Amino acid sequence: MENKTSKTDSRRDFLRKLTSGGAVAASGMALYSLTSCKNKSEDKATLLTTDGKLVQVSDSEIQALEERSVSPAEARQGIPGKKFVMVVDLGKCKNAKKCIEACDKHHNLTPDRPYIKVLKMQDNEKSSPYWMPKKCFQCDNPPCVKVCPVGATYKRTDGIVLIDNERCIGCRFCMAACPYSARVFNWGTPPDEDADITYSPETSVPSEVGTVGKCDFCPDMLRMNKLPHCVTSCPNGVIYFGDEIDDTVSNGEQTVRLSSLLKDKAGYRYMEELGTEPRVYYLPPVDRLFPFENDSDNFEGT
Amino acid sequence: MTNNHDLLKDLAPRKFGLRGKLWSGLLILVTAAGVIAYIDQLIQGQVVTNMRDYALWGIYISNFVFFVATSFVGSVTVAVLRLTRNKWRTPLVRIAEIISLASIIMAGITIILDMARPDRLLNLFTHARLQSPITWDVIIIPTYIALSFLLLYFPLLPDLALLKKYFNTKNSFLSKWYGRLSLNWTGSKMQKALQEKSIRIIAILIIPVGILLQTIDAWLFSTTYRIGWDSTNMGAYFISGAFVAGLGALITVVCIVRKVRKLEKYITLYHLDKLGKFLVLACLTYLYFNINEYLIPIFTATVEEETHLNELVYGEYSFLFWFSQLVGLILPIFILIFKAGRKPGPMFIAGFMVVIGSWWKRYIIVTPTLLHPFLPIEGVPESWQTYFPSLHEWLITGATLAMALLIITFLIRYLPAVPIQRTAEEMELYRTEKELEP
Ligand code: SF4
Ligand code: SF4
Ligand code: SF4
Repeated sequence: MENKTSKTDSRRDFLRKLTSGGAVAASGMALYSLTSCKNKSEDKATLLTTDGKLVQVSDSEIQALEERSVSPAEARQGIPGKKFVMVVDLGKCKNAKKCIEACDKHHNLTPDRPYIKVLKMQDNEKSSPYWMPKKCFQCDNPPCVKVCPVGATYKRTDGIVLIDNERCIGCRFCMAACPYSARVFNWGTPPDEDADITYSPETSVPSEVGTVGKCDFCPDMLRMNKLPHCVTSCPNGVIYFGDEIDDTVSNGEQTVRLSSLLKDKAGYRYMEELGTEPRVYYLPPVDRLFPFENDSDNFEGT
Repeated sequence: MTNNHDLLKDLAPRKFGLRGKLWSGLLILVTAAGVIAYIDQLIQGQVVTNMRDYALWGIYISNFVFFVATSFVGSVTVAVLRLTRNKWRTPLVRIAEIISLASIIMAGITIILDMARPDRLLNLFTHARLQSPITWDVIIIPTYIALSFLLLYFPLLPDLALLKKYFNTKNSFLSKWYGRLSLNWTGSKMQKALQEKSIRIIAILIIPVGILLQTIDAWLFSTTYRIGWDSTNMGAYFISGAFVAGLGALITVVCIVRKVRKLEKYITLYHLDKLGKFLVLACLTYLYFNINEYLIPIFTATVEEETHLNELVYGEYSFLFWFSQLVGLILPIFILIFKAGRKPGPMFIAGFMVVIGSWWKRYIIVTPTLLHPFLPIEGVPESWQTYFPSLHEWLITGATLAMALLIITFLIRYLPAVPIQRTAEEMELYRTEKELEP
């Protein structure tokens, strides 16, 4: 508890410093670009405020700001001017499961309720099997949102579908409605429930017993102009992430035009015929980087 | 010739005998066990169930659907019998209305048991979203509870006044309560006119509300993309299924009450015969919808649909599937189609089979579909690929069933199971008709 207050205090302190020059630093994103000139050898970093002043800020204060969680009410808005998309190149996936690891770690997930699964797929008997990383598709016409009786799951202007686990009543209707089985449920008390973290639908932590969870596209990272954890952790650059309006996507190493990527590689969306309009595209599993190796038990949990 | 006093004596509520006491005791025990299990579920969360991310609904939901279905019997008897002025309904309507009320109350409770966060129940009102079928349920279930209650209560008023007098000397406490509940019924012209009018309004209201209730229940499933649920057949299918479940429950309870309360003179073989035929009709209609649901898709089944159907017909669920079709539908038709089958003994068995079959039928509608999602079930513990209810789920579900029976038992204990006033009037009518005959 004490820890929490001190954290909030330092955060407030920090914000005061930044706003002393009259600039209101409300968006985490505007600040993130400044943190790059952090002086690593010292405990203090020099930041540039939006009105051109330099301020000295301690690392712990920056840490606090980076962790600043967006309140459930704010999280309903979405990041202005953005339309996030993801492209998954099935030709490059070798089931390394690093995305699962990274996502689980950052969302405090136990192995039995990952937000991403890497599924073994085979379209027909004659075609070769392939690995398909699958998470919430952030559908533009989301069946899960339509059926929620309390608006605990919602669609934002930036295309992301989020869950407010402080409002969710645990009816699981959204899970029944999602055709892609993208949602997981906290059947028991999740290990981090009592953790001393302020809850935000944008971070999805801490999880809460009796509520639903799913891939959130990592809006906390996006607010800091960073890529989601699954994207950066993939050793093979399978996952591209970006903004449809900018028409760019990046897998961390390579930034490409979204439209030409989809055109050149015949990108498709899984079960397009359902009309859910996913925001996650797949590139067909052609020109494979790796042969398909089958490890029979795909579940590595307890 | 039965005079009114005998009639009262026959039909007035009676104390439980030993059997009644044991029966109620048993039900209370089962309920208590379920309450304990539920408290544990509240403390630990729904890990105590065997539901997991794929089998995300289980017997709580199928049991809910079952209760909703049986609650339809009130609307049915009203719709088909009261409005068409079918004479044979008189001794049956009250029992039907009691079953209906008990079932819909339990349906309301059961759906709350399935909520993982019942502490946030109020969100359903404060954050209600009208486009969700659950919100429709939140509106329709209380409405149906209210209507079912009134439909039971208003026709009771004259009987309550009679009972007040009857118990005047025997049991002043009961008499006082009957008096209070009878709302000072004197049987004056004005009161009668008012009562008749109110009953007519409720009787007309309860039909569309009942149909809506069943349909909304179906829409809970058909508003998803799931195979086996995503069917436009669902609404009608559920309504006809509700006819079957409700009438099955009615026959079962009627047979028991008739025997235990020795009402053979009032609920005659004639009534049972009619009721039996009615159930055959309902079963045949339901069979028709089942053929539509399971047989006809064979022609155009997609791969996913075929897997689902195969699983039902020969696969893991084949036993339950055939059980619900044969024991819950086809055998009862065979029993009840013969005149000998519409005698109390076989009829009770047929009714009971229908009820059990209907319960498992709901399980068959809910569970297999969830375990056949579009994308393969991978990356989760092996045990998540199947579902069978846990002890907690059985205890809690058992308790809901016991509570429904308890409500029915107590209402029949304290209320006249067969309407006294109406029976008296009808007998009067019958006598005058007889006397008028040359
Ligand atoms: S993938 Fe499922 S959970 Fe995600 S938005 Fe679409 S329907 Fe909702
Ligand atoms: S489980 Fe929660 S998020 Fe899903 S439909 Fe129910 S209330 Fe909404
Ligand atoms: S986008 Fe974020 S939440 Fe979604 S799978 Fe990747 S890391 Fe997990």
